[in-house]
Amino acid sequence: MPNPQNQTPMIALRGVTKRFPMTLANDHIDLDIFGSEIHALLGENGAGKSTLMKILFGFYRADAGEIQLNGKSITIRSPRDAHEYRIGMVFQDLNLIPAFSVAENIALFLPDLKAVLKPQEIDERINEVSKQYGLEVNPRALVSQLSIGEQQKVEILKLLLSNARLLILDEPTRVLAPHEVEALFGVLDNLRKDGYAIVLITHKLKEVLECADRITVLRGGRVAGSLLRAEATEEKLVALMFEKELSGLKIAEPKRDEMSTPVLELRGVETYVEGAGMSLKGINLQIRPGEIVGVAGVSGNGQKELCDVVLGMELCVRGEKYLFGKNLTNRPVGAMRKNGVSFIPENPLAMASVPFMTVLENMALTQTWRYARNGGFAMDWGVVKADIQQTAKRLEFPVNFYTIAKSLSGGNLQRMVILREMTHDPRLIVASYLTRGLDVQSALAARQALIQAREGGAGVLLVSEDLEELFTLSDRLLVLYGGRIVGEFKPPETDIYQVGHLMTGSKVEHVANG
Amino acid sequence: MSQTAKTFPRVSLSNPLVNNLIRYLLMILLALLLFGIILLVTGKDPIQSYRDIFSATLGSTYGFSEVLLAMIPMLLTALAVALPARVGLINVGGEGQVYIGAAFATWGALAFQNKPAWILLPLMTLLGMIGGALWAFVPGYLKSIGLVNETIATLLMNSIAPKIVGFLIFGFWHSPMDTVKTDNFVSAARLPTFFDTRVHLGFVFALVLLALFWFIMKYTRWGLEMRAIGGNAQAARRNGIPLKGYLVTVMCIGGAIAGLAGMAQVSGFYGVLLLNFSMGLGFMGFLICWLAGGDPIGIFLMSFVVAVITTGGNLLQLTQGLPYAVINILLALALFVVLASPRFFEGKKA
Repeated sequence: MPNPQNQTPMIALRGVTKRFPMTLANDHIDLDIFGSEIHALLGENGAGKSTLMKILFGFYRADAGEIQLNGKSITIRSPRDAHEYRIGMVFQDLNLIPAFSVAENIALFLPDLKAVLKPQEIDERINEVSKQYGLEVNPRALVSQLSIGEQQKVEILKLLLSNARLLILDEPTRVLAPHEVEALFGVLDNLRKDGYAIVLITHKLKEVLECADRITVLRGGRVAGSLLRAEATEEKLVALMFEKELSGLKIAEPKRDEMSTPVLELRGVETYVEGAGMSLKGINLQIRPGEIVGVAGVSGNGQKELCDVVLGMELCVRGEKYLFGKNLTNRPVGAMRKNGVSFIPENPLAMASVPFMTVLENMALTQTWRYARNGGFAMDWGVVKADIQQTAKRLEFPVNFYTIAKSLSGGNLQRMVILREMTHDPRLIVASYLTRGLDVQSALAARQALIQAREGGAGVLLVSEDLEELFTLSDRLLVLYGGRIVGEFKPPETDIYQVGHLMTGSKVEHVANG
Repeated sequence: MSQTAKTFPRVSLSNPLVNNLIRYLLMILLALLLFGIILLVTGKDPIQSYRDIFSATLGSTYGFSEVLLAMIPMLLTALAVALPARVGLINVGGEGQVYIGAAFATWGALAFQNKPAWILLPLMTLLGMIGGALWAFVPGYLKSIGLVNETIATLLMNSIAPKIVGFLIFGFWHSPMDTVKTDNFVSAARLPTFFDTRVHLGFVFALVLLALFWFIMKYTRWGLEMRAIGGNAQAARRNGIPLKGYLVTVMCIGGAIAGLAGMAQVSGFYGVLLLNFSMGLGFMGFLICWLAGGDPIGIFLMSFVVAVITTGGNLLQLTQGLPYAVINILLALALFVVLASPRFFEGKKA
């Protein structure tokens, strides 16, 4: 229910500007946030959404501009100030203390926390609020034992109990399974009815159209447009987000020989992981040339271990691994790389790049043997450049060779890694959360690159939480739960809900076998 | 960019030289100023003291050659820290590696003393490096299998090495006249010296290795891979760079360089293996490497400065009647200033 235009906004941003070295993150942004409204902040990576909200939450200070609360100008110097003004934020990576119980985590944020804690009282308050808004969690449960969806509920509860009236959610659906997303939107709907203001940072158009009342699109640090839901269509929003029109994915029907030697074959692979990881149990998997095998699952159910086993980072304690019929069980990563295995990890900064090296140096790291000259006493940087440029042209990714990797934004870093891993005609691509952190346009290019690789006869293992992506790209879809493969489908034979339920470990009546 | 200051002490080689020079000069100046105050407090004349230090070191050819001589083990032990630091290993074990290297070289000198110099010296060099490498292999291997942190292992092994040398001297090698040292080496087992000074061939070894270190890090495949490991070990491993192999090899090469320092000391400087001859050379190298931020030119400059201070300090005892320990105060001040400097310079550049 849109507000009448004459109402004073709960929060109004006027001319907010924030400059970082090299970039203007926010350029004179005006934004009105009303009570009883879900306000979606839409934009591609680096459009300035998160920066803007972090200014509002006191994480950054604006270089210029003012923030008004109910018409009065205020200064927010720190998240503490933001609390005072009843502004709360849920970050992308949730900020709970795993070793604490739900109640303890929430108690830390209570504005009226007494010197002596009364757990009973806190539990009651939590239960009261959680029932009201459909956010049921057990206050005594340890956060480390909760799923990501439940943790998110706790984060929201934390804000509600600390009296926040404005809730900022930074890409809340990124980590959720489809039915969890629906539940979240239900919660947000209830909150809206009670007068809360909600800001939803996202780059998923569908969600925006599903739940937002007002949509503001940021592009390059400026407001590209602000629409009410009634006026908004998918095309309009896309046009606002990007200057040029997006072309869809071009998927040619792959020619595949079901009988040919599989690119990758895992036979009864098991791993043993100490500590927080998830061990794989009895994994049987075949990827044929020209086939994309999607792996669905809530993160932490063995995806990382599966990728690591294929790459050779993790040892198989049982079972065997074949690459084109060649037994490469427990061979080192270097050997797998030389045999044409490419790897795009979920966290490009920590797992794929060396922060203080230039992009060019990073590009050579997977293939140092290929670029070494004079027995290793020199590197042929010209050839590195030429190779990468060729791929860059194909994928239409911009590349600046002499930037320090650390200074790249998350999306650009991911693009750098994708570029590198797509060069040298990989025969097997292991891609984990390929499009995480990429804006719509780059995500499209990255997916197109996978499809090209498939057409070239490469096998692809695609791990993702984005079911839509898995359904569009995969030739075969596996569901991983608790370190086991619990379902195998051909995408046309199943639907998002069936897979979603398998992902979260709930029972489904029948499992279609592809 | 403030990048350089943040990465300290792993300053990149592409760092503008001028920047570094200014930094080192300011550091030295500040340290000298603070030390001057201490001298004043103890009733000495700081100006005169500094004049004495200067004339005893840079003021004469002989003094200068003594400085170069003192630099030799410092350059080598600093390099023995700088190389492993590039793959993220902290080698505090230079001291122990110096001892073991010296012991191996001494064995060569004593066992083959009738061989000519052109056989004996290469043999001793090789033995010294093997000794240091073996001593470093233990912590390197333990680290690579994820068992023991290399900092702790190298540090603890430092107290074992001198005891082994003591055991060898007391038990087998001591000269008939003296129980705390071996017989003097035959002249074929002595590194040749330059002109009329005591500066020996070890100086050339050190300079060549330093240049090699710079070249390998900057231009070669192995340098690239080592920097990748040092920059992000996990990513390097996922990119197919053999992590364990590098950890062990680099640690061993670091040890070998420290072992060479030990060999150079017994063969070039003393001409005899003395009990407790090193007196903290390995630690001095560690200090210098950190002062220099692991940068080869920085290592050369810092070694020079520290050599001036220690050589001049010897004289200060005579002319000013100061205990030698006071020189350690000056060195400590230098370290203190350097540790504070990144912040300082970061603020200026930002």
